[in-house]
Amino acid sequence: MSDTPAFAKPGDPPGTLRLSRPLVRTPFDAAGAERLAHIWETRPGWRGWFSTVDHKTIGLRYLVTSFLFLLLGGIEALVMRVQLAQPNATVLTPEQYNQLFTMHGITMIFLYASPVLSGFSNFLWPLVLGSRDMAFPRLNAFSYWVFLFAGIFLYASFPLGEAPNAGWFNYVPLSGLTYDVGPNIDVYSLGMVLLGISTTVGAVNFVVTLLRMRAPGMSIDRIPVLVWGTLTASGANLFAVPSVSLAFLMLWLDRRIGMHFFDVSGGSHALLWQHMFWIFAHPWVYVVVLPAMGIVSDALPVFCRRPLVGYGPVAISTVATMVVGFVVWIHHMFATGLPPLALSFFGAASMVISIPSAVATFAWIATIWTGRPVFRVPFLFFAGFVLLFVIGGVSGVMTAAVPLDWQLTDTYFVVAHLHYVLIGINVFPVVGGIYFWFPKFTGRMMSERLGRIAFWLMFVGFNLGFFPMHIAGLLGMPRRIYTYGADMGWTTVNLLTSIGSFIFALGIAVFIVDVLYSRKRGPIAGNNPWDAPTLEWTVPSPPPPYNFAVVPTIASRHPLWEGRMQGEHEEGTHEGPRSRLADGYLLDQGREALGTTALEASPYVILKMPEDSYAPFWLGLMAALFFAGLALRAWFFAGLALVLAGVAIIVWLWPERELIQREPTPVARS
Amino acid sequence: MEQPPRSMTGSSEHAWAGAARAQADAQAGTSQAPARMLPVGSAGERSSGWLGCLMLIATEGALFGYLLFTYLYLAVQTTRHWPPEGLPKLPLGAVNTLILLSSSGFVWLCERMVRRARVRAAVVSMTVAVLLGVVFVGIQLHEWHGHPYGPVDNLYGSLYFTITGFHLAHVLIGLIVLVLLGVWTALGYFDAKRYAALKIGGLYWHFVDVVWLFIFTTIYLTPYWIG
Repeated sequence: MSDTPAFAKPGDPPGTLRLSRPLVRTPFDAAGAERLAHIWETRPGWRGWFSTVDHKTIGLRYLVTSFLFLLLGGIEALVMRVQLAQPNATVLTPEQYNQLFTMHGITMIFLYASPVLSGFSNFLWPLVLGSRDMAFPRLNAFSYWVFLFAGIFLYASFPLGEAPNAGWFNYVPLSGLTYDVGPNIDVYSLGMVLLGISTTVGAVNFVVTLLRMRAPGMSIDRIPVLVWGTLTASGANLFAVPSVSLAFLMLWLDRRIGMHFFDVSGGSHALLWQHMFWIFAHPWVYVVVLPAMGIVSDALPVFCRRPLVGYGPVAISTVATMVVGFVVWIHHMFATGLPPLALSFFGAASMVISIPSAVATFAWIATIWTGRPVFRVPFLFFAGFVLLFVIGGVSGVMTAAVPLDWQLTDTYFVVAHLHYVLIGINVFPVVGGIYFWFPKFTGRMMSERLGRIAFWLMFVGFNLGFFPMHIAGLLGMPRRIYTYGADMGWTTVNLLTSIGSFIFALGIAVFIVDVLYSRKRGPIAGNNPWDAPTLEWTVPSPPPPYNFAVVPTIASRHPLWEGRMQGEHEEGTHEGPRSRLADGYLLDQGREALGTTALEASPYVILKMPEDSYAPFWLGLMAALFFAGLALRAWFFAGLALVLAGVAIIVWLWPERELIQREPTPVARS
Repeated sequence: MEQPPRSMTGSSEHAWAGAARAQADAQAGTSQAPARMLPVGSAGERSSGWLGCLMLIATEGALFGYLLFTYLYLAVQTTRHWPPEGLPKLPLGAVNTLILLSSSGFVWLCERMVRRARVRAAVVSMTVAVLLGVVFVGIQLHEWHGHPYGPVDNLYGSLYFTITGFHLAHVLIGLIVLVLLGVWTALGYFDAKRYAALKIGGLYWHFVDVVWLFIFTTIYLTPYWIG
């Protein structure tokens, strides 16, 4: 190899950027890797901390932040369980209880369940797709900062005893000014609009990353199921989030500007809020479970020592679940007096959802059945997830039946169902996923012994805690009551639930101890401690800032298992194409990534990637201050923040010669 | 210029197959795969920003969809006078619609001129587009003043001013985008091969124009058959 960089023409002055370049293969070499590390690494110290756009850093920040919110929401739940453990308890006042269950719901659903999956996807997508970063690294950083600020925003009034208190679905007129005069609902409304910005830009980034940033050869039928899950969730977010953002904005305009959107006496309709909220919130249910199901579909087969059974059907059913999920929102409104035709249609659509869900479930069971299971900790969490998914799914089908729903709606049966679904399909795969990818995150393994203890505490505690809630619901216990009488017959089930919830929390505590201990002292993991088949396991643990020294070429769904699987070549006459991981396209003239076509992933464009930047942090901060100004009704302050946010956007988008968004330097005109 | 030569994408499968067969014996650096020329950086519709703008349009389109859903949901159910002052007056709104749509043509023309290296004509074209946008805003504000009620006086007013206000805010942002694009064009930032920002900013402006057609239909025309 000559010393001249492969893509520069002889005689070019240093720093020349060409309009087009030939794409040639080179082998991996250590000197090239060192040069790439220099190009891609983030500056040390606070400057790097505020300006980094590395998807791995951002992904870990998402994971840690959302887990802190999980703990916060968990503590709120435990306080409520203390209150409900005995009849006629007085640990909490009714108002405190209202704020706690509202914040518990907001925290778990909006600040934990979706962001934690964004954390996984942010960290893993470029690694499993064979890319150097996400499509929009700065937008990625912005998305995190806004999420963080929105989380702080939503908690801002909590210490004052003025937290949101009308339940997470915040029905009007209860949440209107007539019944709720404090800042509680204003904080919730504006905080949700702010959080919606984060969710939306994150979704844009995932979709474009999928369309452009896959390694050459990774056609659309070779992407991991986690990618299918997050892609589906992101696509849905683009269309669902505007509904709830608009509803919350309209509610705030009603409350503080004096408009009449939800003013029934002024000619509006009582159900408008419920429609707009659930048009968003039912797809959101799938947003917070489909990527988690993707985690299981990708990681469970590693512990069954075989590829996933039915990749195609599982991928299609992921998308199908979401498509049908857009026409089931009225099953949250069966008891509101809608016409029977609407109830029949939405009840039937809700039952149809069980078909794609069953496809995935049978695929997992078949994978375990026909594989050779290795009972490591991640396997326990994933297998446990399958069982909880079935229980939560069955109670879901029950409430999809209109007559039964009329009996069960607003009782603890629904609470039991949604916790089986959200904890079963989100928390268990997430914890299993952390055990699985922790070596990639940190370079160290977690403890097998502590992991088993954590799993059994969580699994037993969860079922002990939440299964009796079904019974409480069948016994007629309504949700959201702050206490109950001793003569209602709900005492035993509630005590069991409270005991179970504390055992579950103990399991989470053991898991956290394991994370903190193993981060520093766990055994060193190699590149691929689980002998897994996908691209993230080809790079060192933790991965270098540039991810892949040379861009690999992919020829199957399991690049690291090629040549080792039974029956691999049954149909082909010859060996067939092979993935190439040790050599590939070297892109090292500044931060660069390879853009590929949307379906076949053929090389299409050499993308110039942005340097680290403070703009995302400043824009996020200004956006948060703008909403803070609205909440305080400090109009001048809000206007100032808006102008500064505009300036940050213009600075961000100003065409840069380095990114070849402008005319190139004259010497390089080709 | 926009489309890759057929051989570039069409032959790629063969290139991989050939490379794979040679894997065992060939030095990796000397693969038989012919080196393909790829554009570098923000290359028109190949840029990530183009796709990003399409996604933005998808989600913003949904936002306007929900705004119009709200309007129609309440319009068909309300028992009040709708609109309170009687059927909307069409002529001025129709003229304003034509003004806004014609501005899109000049934005498109600006990009064409840049690609033919006619910078002065491009800047003039963008200036005309901006002026047409400003006229649209002026007429819209004039229409706002013509209503005997404001956004806080009744349900229809809340809907009318919020929906048209959302659109007006998009027009104002679009105008800032167009002014920046015009300035960058005048500064000579763009040439026949590098004009992605013009393409992306122009796409956004076309969206703002097209969405107005839906708003116009909903607010100006539907009262004629719903009422």
